[in-house]
Amino acid sequence: MAIEANGKTFETDEEGYLTNLGEWEPAVAEVMAKEDDLELTEEHWEIINFLREYYEEYQIAPAVRVLTKAVGKRLGKEKGNSKYLYALFPYGPGKQACRFAGLPKPTGCI
Amino acid sequence: MSEQIKKFMYINRRAPYGTIYAWESLEVVLIGAAFDQDVSLAFMDDGVFQLVKGQDTADVEMKNFSPTYKALGDYDVTKLYVEKESLEERGLTLEDLMPLTYEDEDDDWAEKDSIRLVSRAEMADIMDEQDVFFSF
Repeated sequence: MAIEANGKTFETDEEGYLTNLGEWEPAVAEVMAKEDDLELTEEHWEIINFLREYYEEYQIAPAVRVLTKAVGKRLGKEKGNSKYLYALFPYGPGKQACRFAGLPKPTGCI
Repeated sequence: MSEQIKKFMYINRRAPYGTIYAWESLEVVLIGAAFDQDVSLAFMDDGVFQLVKGQDTADVEMKNFSPTYKALGDYDVTKLYVEKESLEERGLTLEDLMPLTYEDEDDDWAEKDSIRLVSRAEMADIMDEQDVFFSF
């Protein structure tokens, strides 16, 4: 599978996750969001960027409960809860946001 | 009725790179952490090399997953038993290992060390208390 963004082709796996993490650019997230009928706002980007930083530091995409806790710690309690994160990413903040961020499927998401 | 909590121990005896065992073990630990069991990790024999800091995998062309051990605390995996004799036999000390910590929810989020140095005899006692082993 593949998606088109910014005039380029990006290879994805059967679940829609980017095959090569290093290829990611913001346009990829925009296109993926559009396919999911989502308009990316500043709040979405905050989480997407947070996930990319998390991956950079730990080399894994965090499970959703780990993400929730980490967001609460770094971005504030009002954002570190499932209600806030699911409102932004209705298909699951772990799975959907990680996909937009170009990360693999979260480790420990079942 | 809630399931009884079991004591799970993951035993790591191999060096981190060159085979897939260490990474597989770490992945299983992170996935298994979702099940609310009492999890601990044992590092012995060459397994102690898994925690050595400053790993560089560029030449062996494997993903450097060593930073992922630092995420264990986020996954509430906070008991990493390292066998003292295994370290000594390899000329290593605690200073050669990555500083791994977790925040203790029951103690006002105080930062605590996850690595616990134990003797071979103590490790045997800890193993004696476990219900389930995963050996890598």
